[in-house]
Amino acid sequence: MPKIFINNNEIEFKEGMTVLQACELAGLEIPRFCYHERLSIAGNCRMCLVEVEKSAKPIASCAMPAAEGMKIKTNTKMVEKARKGVMEFLLVNHPLDCPVCDQGGECDLQDQSLYYGFDGSRFKENKRLVKDKYMGPLIKTQMTRCIHCTRCIRFATEVAGVSELGAVGRGEDMEITTYLEKSMTSELSGNVIDLCPVGALTSKPYAFEARPWELKKTESIDVMDAVGSNIRVDSYGWEVKRILPRLNNSINEEWISDKTRYACDGLLKQRLDKVYIRKENQLVEANWEEAIDLISSKINSTNPDKIAAHVGGLSSFETINSFKKLLDEINVRNYEFREKDFYVNPDQKMNYIFNSSIQGIEKSDFILLVGANPRHEATILNARIRKTYLKNKLPIFSIGNPGDLTYPYKIVGNKTDDIQQILNGKSEINSLLKKSKNPLIIIGESALELKSGKFILEGFKEFLHKNNFINENWNSFNVLTQNASTVGALDLNFFNKPNGTGNFFDKLNNHNFDLLYLVGSDELNFQKNNEFIIYQGTHGDRMAQIADVVLPSPAYTEQNGFFINLEGRLQKAYKATNPVGNAKEDWKIFNLILSKLKNKNLYTNYKDLIDDSLSKVRETKNIELLPEIQTKKINLTSGNFHSEEVFIRAIDYYFSNPVARASKTMSDCRLEKNRSTESRKTG
Amino acid sequence: MLKEENKIFKNLYNEQGWELENALNRDDWLDTKKIIEKGRDWIINEIKASELRGRGGAGFSTGLKWSFAPKKVGSRPHYLVINADESEPGTCKDRDILRFEPQKLIEGCLIASYAVNAKVCYVYIRGEYLNEGKRLQKAIDEAYSKNLIGKNACNSGWDLDIYIHYGAGAYICGEETALLESLEGNRGQPRLKPPFPALVGLYGCPTIVNNVETIAVVPTILRRGAKWFASMGRPKNTGTKIFCISGNVNTPCNVEEEMGIPLKELIEKHGGGVIGGWKNLQAVIPGGSSMPMVPKDICETLKMDFDSLVEVKSGLGTAGVVVINKDEDIIKCMARIARFYKHESCGQCTPCREGAGWMWRILERTAKGEATHKDINLLSDVTKQIEGHTICAFGEGSAWPVQGLLRHFRKEIDNRCFSEPIVKKKRKIPYLIDQHKLESKDA
Amino acid sequence: MSLKKIHDNQPDKFEFTKANLELAGKILKKYPSDQKKSAVMPLLYLAQNQNENWIPLAAMKYIGKLLSMPYINVYEIATFYSMYNLAPVGKYFIQVCTTSPCALRGANKLVDICKEKISKNQNELSQNKLCSWTEVECLGACINAPMMQVNEDYYEDLDETNTKKILNSFLEDNPLKPGSYRNRKNSSPEKNQILTNGHKNA
Repeated sequence: MPKIFINNNEIEFKEGMTVLQACELAGLEIPRFCYHERLSIAGNCRMCLVEVEKSAKPIASCAMPAAEGMKIKTNTKMVEKARKGVMEFLLVNHPLDCPVCDQGGECDLQDQSLYYGFDGSRFKENKRLVKDKYMGPLIKTQMTRCIHCTRCIRFATEVAGVSELGAVGRGEDMEITTYLEKSMTSELSGNVIDLCPVGALTSKPYAFEARPWELKKTESIDVMDAVGSNIRVDSYGWEVKRILPRLNNSINEEWISDKTRYACDGLLKQRLDKVYIRKENQLVEANWEEAIDLISSKINSTNPDKIAAHVGGLSSFETINSFKKLLDEINVRNYEFREKDFYVNPDQKMNYIFNSSIQGIEKSDFILLVGANPRHEATILNARIRKTYLKNKLPIFSIGNPGDLTYPYKIVGNKTDDIQQILNGKSEINSLLKKSKNPLIIIGESALELKSGKFILEGFKEFLHKNNFINENWNSFNVLTQNASTVGALDLNFFNKPNGTGNFFDKLNNHNFDLLYLVGSDELNFQKNNEFIIYQGTHGDRMAQIADVVLPSPAYTEQNGFFINLEGRLQKAYKATNPVGNAKEDWKIFNLILSKLKNKNLYTNYKDLIDDSLSKVRETKNIELLPEIQTKKINLTSGNFHSEEVFIRAIDYYFSNPVARASKTMSDCRLEKNRSTESRKTG
Repeated sequence: MLKEENKIFKNLYNEQGWELENALNRDDWLDTKKIIEKGRDWIINEIKASELRGRGGAGFSTGLKWSFAPKKVGSRPHYLVINADESEPGTCKDRDILRFEPQKLIEGCLIASYAVNAKVCYVYIRGEYLNEGKRLQKAIDEAYSKNLIGKNACNSGWDLDIYIHYGAGAYICGEETALLESLEGNRGQPRLKPPFPALVGLYGCPTIVNNVETIAVVPTILRRGAKWFASMGRPKNTGTKIFCISGNVNTPCNVEEEMGIPLKELIEKHGGGVIGGWKNLQAVIPGGSSMPMVPKDICETLKMDFDSLVEVKSGLGTAGVVVINKDEDIIKCMARIARFYKHESCGQCTPCREGAGWMWRILERTAKGEATHKDINLLSDVTKQIEGHTICAFGEGSAWPVQGLLRHFRKEIDNRCFSEPIVKKKRKIPYLIDQHKLESKDA
Repeated sequence: MSLKKIHDNQPDKFEFTKANLELAGKILKKYPSDQKKSAVMPLLYLAQNQNENWIPLAAMKYIGKLLSMPYINVYEIATFYSMYNLAPVGKYFIQVCTTSPCALRGANKLVDICKEKISKNQNELSQNKLCSWTEVECLGACINAPMMQVNEDYYEDLDETNTKKILNSFLEDNPLKPGSYRNRKNSSPEKNQILTNGHKNA
């Protein structure tokens, strides 16, 4: 490895590193504003200047490639003078409004001015004033504070893939703005707030809510989609004030989607905090004892075949596991996690996860989307595809039209016949696919909803297996699931097997069930007839309104819980705040019911629950690691082909779960989005 | 004084006509084929031997620059880009080459393109020079019609297409990487170096960027030999150069002269003398507004070439000589230059964006006598905080002239600060000065 | 350079005329086919010419679509370069160079004359709506200072009387010829032109 001298210490570095990165290897902190590991290099803030031997001027370390034998100094007078000078320039037109600035306490400029700033200002002129820009319901702007680092512009064009931010004008009058001050049409827009090194772009919903040092920080996992982004939950008392991304290179890098970040205000609204029982067609406040009595008497008086159970997309692995255990105890067989009927095959774990892994996308050289819209179904995963596209310029194809995905792709066709052609090796893309080393086939839930769902899933599996695209080094078979609970539910076989007791959804819609037990489940498309409905969940949403008994339980930030993301990665979400009101943790509610019914407990304590649950996770040994998928023996089967259109089901992105629907911010985003699509249609 | 026969630009004032036929009479396009037949290495070595230095301001060796282009064309084509974005205040030499000696430029383009393996050449002309661009286009069309350029240009076997691209009013686009950005359809903001354009330039391809005058003198050098060119001036500062004499002189003009001509001779003989006589001279900006001014006593003996000017802490730059006589307020004059830089800063990097405006504001105050002694030290600090810390040379370009003023006219500034401390006298505070400081002595 | 203001009264639509569309096609041919973006500056200029010397937002959108460029980038470019007018200017758009070499030869007097004859402030239309003026930075004709550019043409070697004459001619919509107003042969030194102390052009 090449060597570089930093302050006379010899350091080995990897080819292609910049001087700044080499300095970091040496354990030195180089101040910077514009430089960011995941964005292109701008080199415009000039804060990272270091001295290079034989150069009269200091150089910007972020932009200078490190070279063998370079002699760098970071602790000389020249460097100090340069950085102090740049700092003074940054501050001359920066307002001294830290006391009223939301960035205060976590502001790069504030921190670094501590080391490089003068104690007083020598700038006697009037400071520049810049008009604030409207950037939508998520981003609050205070453009006078902007130091023109252009991180936000680079993020928008590079990572988010929407060229909507730009710098207009020039010189000291340059301003950052969106085109005609429209809001950004990206699901990743909130990340510019984290990127902004000063208080120019701050969070609108979080404005003046709290100071960073007052908040309790809990590292956790997001449940808004199946990606399992790593997050940090910042709370004050019982309120979740904000959600920030946590670095995890295998999953979300350091981005999170706007839904992950901003739906948290939904945790404060429309919450179920008490037990309710329907009396004379009205939900009346009750206590736990009454409710448990009522539920157990109903269960006792109903034929188990007439009882159905459903869990929602935000439920943790333990919840589903303990729920299943309860249902087993009372001989209920009709349980389901799917919201619509789509083909699943839990025979092997490989059949329902994203086998290539999110990080693996970067290795791919060919992508085929089958009935999937990753932008809305797994925003962060889509960002990874875009990143890969930018790096490798790989060919991307789609079957079905998912709309704008922020990178160019070609639609192969809109019919299942097009899939059949690929499987028969007769499609135009077959030769490209054959040539590729690491292809990715991504099958979306919309494709599996089709009558040909089985044909598609099993067909692709067989095709890829035959072509040796499923092997120890590379598994190109991927299923894109949409909910945080899906993979876990499949691990637990928490679904109604087609050859078991008949189709759950048919029975549901034919009103064959007398009692419905819904755990956090609000997305079922179902009209109530005479069913007795038990709703156990967090929000007074769709199902709570028609329920006969409502049991409050904690939201994902209020109890510990395991989640298995779409790659099959087991992760733990931690309790950040206490549950609201009288809410009880799900497994404790099941315990209460069972002890009422059979005078015994499901679990004696929390450890019991965890041990039992973890023993049921398939193919995964360790938390946070990918599952170990055996590719030696793959069970193959086949389904019937039907010629039909591949229709990608649109997702109401900002309204996809009860937390998001309760969130004012999400509803603002939805309005804004509708407005901008309207205006785009008209002109 | 340069002998008429040694002048390269014989039609600088359009006395003979700019059209192709007239140009041919002046020996343009004479034996171009033979020159090209001598090969790339010969051309580059000859230019190196002539010690031709870039005429655009930086004075980098042209032959050396050409030799940086990859020897063989790889997967990406090479480009030659001509920098005709002449915006340096005090400079208007390229305008006359474009207007009156276009064939010299076009012939130079062909030879240079061949030398650096480029088949496409873009001429980036500042947007205001629309008429000059039209003229050049006519000349290009004439050259195409005679097959001097185009497919198999001059029967040399080399293909060359020349296109004109107009700027739209941005001084910074004279910086070569900003020019390339602008040519690519972006805002004209300089790029980080390395990589240098010779390897990664226009559209990511190897690109050589040269000034109009540099390219236009190439054919004559190759025809008359490097020795002839190097015999003029002194080593490392060879040849002839077009000087633009403007400001307070009796007859402002463009004139081609030998390198190293004494400044006094230049002003007296060609500029018709300083208005009010030599004794009325206050200072001279020797190389366009980015170069620090030199006061009269230095001007007496100053020779106009790259190295002599560096010795007096200035530079030849574009050889735009701006004469300032004693009737002018030197501080106001400098404030105006600072305003230019504030107006033209691209806004990309911090020191220049924030510093240029700051310098201008302090200078404006100084000119009005509203500055204090502290402010002047601050001004000096600001220039040093900009210098050397920016992405492109614009930082130096805006800081150096101010440093020149402070170096040579400190006395004038000090006098103005103390003779009339407006802040104290009027008790009316024009700027945001800390109110409580007014009581102390130095306010 | 202060940020350009977008004109309040924007036309809804903009399209190149047939002739200009042809011209745009020619311009596009200058650049490699995968580098259409390069044509954005010439096309903006073309749009400005077509639309009475200023660029409406609709034109930026139109060009953005034509070159498959994000609107914001077209907008960035239109605001970065000083020659693009984003609000209407006069039929005769007078740009007075006031940078040092011109200032040394009295360009500020030209500005005073513009203020007197055309409008009190820059970028305001004259009373008869024909002219507007603005101060600009160095136009690169320093040896012919002071000078001004009117639309595409340079008026050089001016003094007070000439300037007044020239401005009057524009106000009367009967423009005088561009070029040197001291009968100079381009940039050559004038013979017998020895000015006495304190006498400058304007």
